[in-house]
Parts: sequence; C-alpha cells; structure tokens
Amino acid sequence: MYFHITAISPKNTGKNFRCLVVNDFATQNIYGPYLKIERLFYNSLILVARLATTQFMISLISQIGHATLGHLTAMGRMFVFLLSAFAWAFRPPLRIRLIVHHIRSIGVDSLSVVVLSGIFTGMVMGLQGYYSLRKFNAESFLGSAVALSLLRELGPVLSAFMVTGRTGSAMAAEISSMKVTEQIDALYSMAINPVQYLASPRIIAGLLSMPLLTAIFDVVGIYGAYLVGVGLLGVSSGSYFAGMESSVVFQDVWSGLLKSISFGLIITWVCCYKGFNAPLSATGVGQATTESVVLCFVLILVWDYFMTSIML
Amino acid sequence: MIRVTNLYKTFGSQAVLKGVNLDLETGQITTIIGGSGCGKTVLLKHLNALLLPDRGSIAVDGTDITRLGDSALNEIRRKFGVLFQGAALLDSMSIYDNVAFPLREKTKLTENQIREKVEERLEQVGLAGMGFKHPAEVSGGMKKRAGLARALVMEPEIVLFDEPTTGLDPLLGKSIHELIRKVHATFKFTGVIVSHDIPEVFKISDRVAMLANGVIAEVASTEVFVASRNPIVHQFIAGETEGPMAVL
Repeated sequence: MYFHITAISPKNTGKNFRCLVVNDFATQNIYGPYLKIERLFYNSLILVARLATTQFMISLISQIGHATLGHLTAMGRMFVFLLSAFAWAFRPPLRIRLIVHHIRSIGVDSLSVVVLSGIFTGMVMGLQGYYSLRKFNAESFLGSAVALSLLRELGPVLSAFMVTGRTGSAMAAEISSMKVTEQIDALYSMAINPVQYLASPRIIAGLLSMPLLTAIFDVVGIYGAYLVGVGLLGVSSGSYFAGMESSVVFQDVWSGLLKSISFGLIITWVCCYKGFNAPLSATGVGQATTESVVLCFVLILVWDYFMTSIML
Repeated sequence: MIRVTNLYKTFGSQAVLKGVNLDLETGQITTIIGGSGCGKTVLLKHLNALLLPDRGSIAVDGTDITRLGDSALNEIRRKFGVLFQGAALLDSMSIYDNVAFPLREKTKLTENQIREKVEERLEQVGLAGMGFKHPAEVSGGMKKRAGLARALVMEPEIVLFDEPTTGLDPLLGKSIHELIRKVHATFKFTGVIVSHDIPEVFKISDRVAMLANGVIAEVASTEVFVASRNPIVHQFIAGETEGPMAVL
C-alpha cells in the first residue's frame, strides 16, 4: 500500500516542496505526528498571512481614504478662502492704496528678475531654434517659432515661476509670520477683517500685475532671440519679423495673457492661503513658504495643460 | 460687564476649558492666574471672540458674543483693546502708524486729529518722540508700551492684557504694571490681565481668579484671594511643588 503525502518543509515554506513518499503503514505511523504538526504549522502560517494581508489592506484603504478626505477638505477650505477674499474685495472700504502698494510689490519689484529671465530665455530659444530649423533649411521661421512659443506658453509659465519665487514666497512668509506673532489676531481684535486687509488687495494686485509682467517677458524674450538669431547667427532681420507677423494671430497673444491672469490668481491665492494657515510653531513660516511655492509650481503646470487643451 | 457662563473648549482630544464660569466687573481690573498651559490665554481670547467656544456663552454688556455675525461682532470688538503677549505690532509700520492704525481704519478723524491723539498716547506710555521707529528697532519693553498705546488709542471700555510682563526684566515688568495702573486710573476701563507675575500683579488687581483643571478654582477680591485657604490657590501662590496641583 502506498501513500503519497506532500508537505512543506519548515525551512522551505514557499517555493520548494519536499515530497515524502511513505510506502508502508508502519512508516506512515512513524511520520504521522510530524506531518500533522507540519500541516498545522503550514495552516497557521496561511491564516496569519491572510489576516496580515487583510489588516494591511484595511489599513491601506483607510490611509488612502483619510488622505483623500484630508485633501478634499483642504481644497474646500482653499475655495472658501478664495470666495471670501473676492467677497471682501468689493466691500467697503475699498483698499485702493493697498492694491497699488501690492502692484508695486508684485509687479515693479519683480520686473528686474522677469526681464533678466526673459532675455536669456529668448537667447536660448534663438540658439536652439536656429540649430533645429537649420536642419530643415527653415532658419527664416525662427521669428515665428520664438514668438509662438513665448506668447502661448513660455512667457506666461516662466514669468509665473519667477513671480512665485520672487514675490509669492515672500507673501506666504510675511502672512505666516504675522499669524505666528499674533498680528492677524490683532487685526481681528481691532475689528479689521484680515482677509480683506491682507489677502484681497494681493489677489487683485496679482490679477492686474501678471499679464503686464508676461507681456514684458514676451517682448524681451523676442528681442533676446533676435539678438542671437539675427545679431550672431545671421538670420535676416526682415524674415525674422515677417515670419512672426504672418504666423502670430491675436488669439496667440490673448491666450497667453489669459493664462497669465489665471497664474496671477493661483500665485496670490495659494500663497495667501498657506500664510493664513501656517502652523503655529517655529517652523511654521518655513513650512508655509515651501508648501506655497511647491503648490504654485504644480498648479501652474497642471492649469497650463488644461488651459492649453481648451484654447488650442 | 462680561459674564462667562459654562464655557467649554477642546483642541483635538485635549479639553482646555471644562465649564468656566466667571463675572468680570465693569471698571475693575481682574487678573486671571494659573499654571502654564492651563488655558488662561485661551479664556482671554474667548472674551472678544478671537476663539469661539464649543459650548457656553460670553455676554458682553448682556450680548452673547458667541452667536453674533461678522458685523455685529465687529461692533462689539470696538469696545475692546488688546495688549498681546508679544505686543503684535504690525511689522510693516512704524510705531506711530501702528498706534494710528485703528483711528485711520475705524474713525473719520483728520490726519491732524489722529496725530494729536497718537502723540498723546505715546506720551502717556513714555514713548514720546519714538513714533518713527519700527517694531524691529525697539526693545521688548518699548514694544509692550507701544502695544498698550495702540490698545488704548480708541479709548476702549474693556482692555485685555495677555501676559503683559512676560519676557521683561523685573524693573521693566514693574514699570508696565505702573503704566497699567496709571492708564486705568485715567480711562477707568474694565481690565482683564492674564499673568504669572505673582505677587506683583496683585498690586494692580481689584479681583483675582484662578484657573485650574479647566475651571475657575477661586475668584475673589485681591485681599481675600491672597488669604484664601483653597489648597490649590495656596500651593500656586506659595510656589510649592507638593499639593493638589500636578507639577510636570
């Protein structure tokens, strides 16, 4: 009488199966208790693994759910903050002086960095564009390529990045510092709404300043590319501007400016919100600043994609 | 008069106020004392609705401020002046502009009238001629004085002081107390002071309340309070580590 019994070795619980062939009743009796213990051990392992897997899955789903709810709550709060800022912007007293002050801070003070980055972006585009177009004997299209890229895409996005780094971070740091040092509480206690005083003028100023900065970035960038393409690489000045004139339509200009207005909103909205919601700790200011800059960069790129896909 | 009734406040899982009942008499200075982290500042911030309670009410001259909308709350807040722990002066403005700020925002006074009032307040707190400086350029004591000038410039009926002498040396602390006593004699406001500065703060207080374990353990006139036989009060005033109050 033959018994074919398969068991898992305690040392090899996974891939390699050891096959025990027990060929008589006596031998089965000898190995019987050992096999029962082995099977019990094996079954226990499976049970524990199943339990652990179940627990892990429950924990994982719980964590994902918790994080999702957290993000949705934060998004909801951000939108409520934005609506509140707009509502307060149109309630008296209208803070024209503060709006002008922040236009200077966001616009005029960012001008140098925007001009500098615009001219070098244009110069790099002049070099890269010339190199690529020469392969197709199409150097005369340099002006068109540069203008379309700058007006539709690079101008709004890069100038928004510059303003985020230059002004948005300072905005988040200033407001979060005010929160940590109870200056926002002081405003409340003087019956002044801090959202109206701190956030609304900045958001209005951002909406007005960003398209102007982007327009300056575009123009400077186009002349930067002209400098390299025409001045250094020998592209004809006439073909540079004629190509631009024939290919650029008004929609290219306003789509870029529309993007820049929305980026101005994103930068001021996110940075003010993060400042207002900074943790009340020594690291709160740094955390709010970092989070606001990272979130601005991500939102600018994501929103840029959606706007581009709608407007193309 | 401010009447705090059955006030509860919880942050996360930590219950800070567990049924506070306290009457703050008009025209008197009431000092709230208690161990670090017991909720004194939290209670103070409820008095002008900088924080809202989970349960309970705060009646300012008969109006429950926990149920008011923005506009009505702002009207009530105009009765208050607050001296914050770190003075909370607006960094972007000079001391003069900080003191002038509530007048420019909330009144229709001309710039000349504002200047007159601001200079008067700055002189009262011993900062005459220092208005042009920014908060970052002055000492902690001067910031507190400037904060006090700003708190008083609207001639409020109620002034809240959040640890007015914390972080100051004993002499400066004493000078701030003297200043509070002097301006109280002039303006006759209802004062609420949160302080650890025992026994110095008793000299300027009409009444003292002690907050312990989330409730008011004792409230009485200063003389009665100092002689209290309440073991919690006795332990705290004597600064003993052994007693009913847990010392971490």
